[in-house]
Amino acid sequence: MLALSTTQKSGLALLVLLIAYALCAPLLQAGDATTQNLSQILTSPNADYWLGTDHFGRNMWLRLAEAMQLSLMMAALCVMTSAIIGVTVGVLAATRAPWFDRVMDGIVTMILALPGLVLVLIFAAIVPGSFWVLYVAISLIQWIEYFRISRAITQRLTQSPAVQSSKLMGFGEWYIFRRHYFPAIMPQLFTIAAFGAANAILMMASLGFVYVGIQPPLAELGLMIVEHFPYYSDAPWLLAQPLAALALVVLACQLMGRGKAL
Amino acid sequence: MRQLLLKRLLQLIAVSWGVGTLTFILMRSLPGDMAYRIAASRYGMDAVDSRAADIVREELGLDQGALSAYWQWFTDLLSWNLGNSLVSGAPVSESLWHMLGHSLLLAGAGMAIALIIAIPLGLASAYWGGWLDRALLTASTVMRAVPVFVIGLLAVIVFALEWNLFPVAGFGTPAHLVLPALTLALSLAAMSNRVIHTEAKRVFGSSFYEFARMKGLSTWQAFKHHGIRNIAVPVVAFLGIQLITVVEGVVMIESLFSWPGIGHGLAHAIFARDIPLIQGAALMMGVMFVVLNTLVDIACHYLDPRGGRIA
Repeated sequence: MLALSTTQKSGLALLVLLIAYALCAPLLQAGDATTQNLSQILTSPNADYWLGTDHFGRNMWLRLAEAMQLSLMMAALCVMTSAIIGVTVGVLAATRAPWFDRVMDGIVTMILALPGLVLVLIFAAIVPGSFWVLYVAISLIQWIEYFRISRAITQRLTQSPAVQSSKLMGFGEWYIFRRHYFPAIMPQLFTIAAFGAANAILMMASLGFVYVGIQPPLAELGLMIVEHFPYYSDAPWLLAQPLAALALVVLACQLMGRGKAL
Repeated sequence: MRQLLLKRLLQLIAVSWGVGTLTFILMRSLPGDMAYRIAASRYGMDAVDSRAADIVREELGLDQGALSAYWQWFTDLLSWNLGNSLVSGAPVSESLWHMLGHSLLLAGAGMAIALIIAIPLGLASAYWGGWLDRALLTASTVMRAVPVFVIGLLAVIVFALEWNLFPVAGFGTPAHLVLPALTLALSLAAMSNRVIHTEAKRVFGSSFYEFARMKGLSTWQAFKHHGIRNIAVPVVAFLGIQLITVVEGVVMIESLFSWPGIGHGLAHAIFARDIPLIQGAALMMGVMFVVLNTLVDIACHYLDPRGGRIA
């Protein structure tokens, strides 16, 4: 269905690898991500602890996997929600009454007036440390991108001969959406979704980093970076793990989104 | 142009309303009786009893309904009456002005360094191409995959902890500005050098540029009269898009380097649940964002007076 370039394929391979790690890592080692073992703190990677332990002696192999699960789940949820809402509203805005289009345009202008991170920060302030509030806030920002693209494409297509003749032949709106609008929107959707996933992960890590996102003892990439920074000179590999994990996930998403643009 | 300014004004109102409403919800959703909380912040924790709370409730009209309280909250906001910080007790608007200066200094320095890095690199890679282009593409891709706070963290590790060149965090001397500004600049330049590259390549390859060279202008003359303006319009427009990166970068970088700006203030206020300060800082960032966007629009308008492309 989609012809992927070499860049996109390498991004996909990297992402599959990371997802596999996040899902399968807990199966390969016993224990859990929150059990502390204070006699085994800051150990370097060895046969028992494949990625070492952190400053509370928690198993890093498992903690990193848990943090990845959280990030990937957030990305997947945000992308799905905002894509469904954005495309639906976008197509409706382009095909329904003009007042609906104007109202949606006003709402989008309002949301865009505030930088995304600030909006997410305020939401995080209302209910601190909640995964679901972060999810709502990030989706609230991200649906706009899908909305704009699908609205623009649909607007262009409604006047096209193909859609016109479909309408004249009496096909229903759902058929026209499936046959004409969606195939035109689909390729763009993929690019936005890939970058949107990267942004969602970055946003959550940023909040964790300024300590207002997911709260300890849950494992979260941004939070782990702050927690491990004080031990940088004793255990550099400890700080490197969440940094590398974060960079790899984001890189994988961005490579996937890299179509012909740039 | 007028329509565009009108739209920006609308955004300004939307920012105030949005931030005001969200912080109002925040205020209301806090656990406990608001009258007790305000009495506690006024008279100290020990001096609070139900009589003091009742007096506060009477005085501020806290027993009125949610709607009229909302109206009161909003009129206060419009008259720039932001209240006092719940933590320090100082008026919010005063500390905001103080923080704004630091944030603008950081943002200005960061953007200036970003342009100093990105313009020569973008132009050079478009002009010569080859390995320089490929190296820059790789560097930019890697740079964009790491969030801005990771760039900052690595900068701290390399320049401050390993080489002891600059202070780790804080403010005061120019040396304190170097690392935060450099971090912001690097994350901005990673994007903009590619945009400059693409635009410069488009202009260098265009027929009007070829004609300018053909009629005998030197490289520099052709670039000055036919290149700069044509490259500048999309690049400035892109700077407008990048403003969001600047604002978000400022939040992260200020928190990382303890730079006493608005982003740092916002993050701390959220952590301490200091609602008037959250409202003030968020409001200030939103207003700053809209104003800067307007400036970019105006700059684009003057660079390319033909108009029509923006708005």
